[in-house]
Amino acid sequence: MSIEARNLSKSFGRFKAVDDVSFRLDEGVLAALLGPSGSGKSTLLRMISGLEAPDRGEIFIMGQDATRRAARERNVGFVFQHYALFKHMTVWQNIAFGLEARRRPKEEIRARVTDLLRLVQMEGMEKRYPSQLSGGQRQRVALARALAPQPRVLLLDEPFGALDAKVREELRGWLRQLHEHSRVTTLFVTHDQREALEIADKILVLDKGRLEQQGTPREIFDKPATPFVAQFVGENNFIDAEVTEPELVCWGPFRFEVGESLAVGRKVRLFFRPYDVYVSNKLVTLQVRANIVTSRFRGPVMELVLDVGGDKRVTAQVPKGIVEARGFSAGRDVFVGITAYHVFPQ
Amino acid sequence: MPFERGAAPLFRGERWLNRTLIGVVLAYVGILLAAPCAALARGAFAGGGAVLWRELARPDVLSAFRLTLALALGAVALNTVFGVLTAWVLVRHSFPGRRMLNALVDMPFAVSPVVAGYMLILLFGRGGWLAGWVEWSGFRVVFSWPGMLLATVFVTMPFVVREVMPVLREFGAEPEEAAATLGAGPWRIFWRVTLPSVRWGLLYGVALTLARALGEFGAVYVVSGAVQGRTETAPLFVFRALDERLTVAAYGVSLVLALLSFSLITALGAYQKREEEKISPRGPGAEREAA
Repeated sequence: MSIEARNLSKSFGRFKAVDDVSFRLDEGVLAALLGPSGSGKSTLLRMISGLEAPDRGEIFIMGQDATRRAARERNVGFVFQHYALFKHMTVWQNIAFGLEARRRPKEEIRARVTDLLRLVQMEGMEKRYPSQLSGGQRQRVALARALAPQPRVLLLDEPFGALDAKVREELRGWLRQLHEHSRVTTLFVTHDQREALEIADKILVLDKGRLEQQGTPREIFDKPATPFVAQFVGENNFIDAEVTEPELVCWGPFRFEVGESLAVGRKVRLFFRPYDVYVSNKLVTLQVRANIVTSRFRGPVMELVLDVGGDKRVTAQVPKGIVEARGFSAGRDVFVGITAYHVFPQ
Repeated sequence: MPFERGAAPLFRGERWLNRTLIGVVLAYVGILLAAPCAALARGAFAGGGAVLWRELARPDVLSAFRLTLALALGAVALNTVFGVLTAWVLVRHSFPGRRMLNALVDMPFAVSPVVAGYMLILLFGRGGWLAGWVEWSGFRVVFSWPGMLLATVFVTMPFVVREVMPVLREFGAEPEEAAATLGAGPWRIFWRVTLPSVRWGLLYGVALTLARALGEFGAVYVVSGAVQGRTETAPLFVFRALDERLTVAAYGVSLVLALLSFSLITALGAYQKREEEKISPRGPGAEREAA
């Protein structure tokens, strides 16, 4: 177990930033701490690193109680959103800082910094100052600096948040590669669900200081445990309705099976993804009539807003090729079915 | 920060307006600052260079300069150490009374130096709160150099604090935090990260402290008693010399003081510019992405 949090809580005045959070990360995983801004993910990360002290709870790093250890004794690598490089030092001096602080021999420092420069593809730039580097380069230097003292865990706080979309994507793939190579247990904070789904082995979803769900990207995406997770991860239609007959929710022309645990009259919230909405010209099976209200370009897919009667609307995403081949455009009558959905009692 | 790089004129194309504005500023600075300096130089050289040199070599002039320099350096040393500490505590910590402390730092700017001098006499002089301690330790404060040093420290206290605080705030706590996670202790963080990051603010604060300390009159006058050759600083000498109609000596000492302060600040500006070019040269490709 390389990082373990037990019942961590932290308040700032009256604001509960982190509220009774517990989790464990196995050695060597790349995990994402996902949540909207203000959900407490940065505070949680800072508590693990020792930059913030928890009000309650315990932190174990590699099986050792680190709760009361100072940041400098935890041997944790930390990467900040805005790089936090030492502006008056060159790239080389930045990377060597942690090794010098730990009083490593000169030869070892030279060898390690040279290795890291190669690893982060910054060879030949060791004499530059941070102000002479691009954002992506700065973040790579920050990463090399954090990795230099061979930390037991690596923590990254919105590492790509300040970069533009293209560089972001590049660095994302590159971080994944770097992790495969180094196998340091890594926990990174992000508010971007795509980033988390794409590169993490494990995702911890946080909302209002509480851990909503933890699991593999697949589990988080396919089996959201709470309405918040369903809403936050991936795109969704959601419907507020109530159980109208035993085991059934009727909403407009649709009938959803909800299982017997929910009594008639119980209020529920239903979620289904726009790409789980099946649209066709012919009635195939379990479909209802609908009218296309608008059709909007969304890159590889088109987003169709469908009127299913009685002022009820559903959003569907259909691959662009299919939309063109079948002639789906505003005003057209079609048939619509919902292939997968999630129900949460309210 | 001082010494900013030039920008494009605001009223592009309005040549007449721009020239007028520049003219007004030149006239203002010329009348208020340059003309008095020129008059001072003329007064100092009224009897020729040899006379000026002889006057500046008077033993009481030399001892006044020695004392002024010692006091200024002492004030710089104390205010550098405690000024940086005060700025750091005010920026990085939040504690009850922080606002009060922050407001208090400006007090030396708000009260007259003469009043500051009297405060010290009331504190350390006969019947003062700390008079008992003074007697017990045998350490003279009033009418002696410790009192003059305290007075100089008092009037120059805000400079370092006020120059360092904004720099400290701007560069933020994150580099210090990064250093801590990298295994650096507080001492290493201060010397390797904090201090180099605030060095321009600090240097500028030190220069202002030094310039102000060299010229301090009111507070020092009150606590010193102005004993010739013992507690007479250069500005106090100027005051007495004018009274005794030693005009060349008075102007000469004034001129030296003014030149000292002025060259200090100019040299600092030149040095800063050179260092900045080193860290961020404005060359093409400096900010280019090498993907």
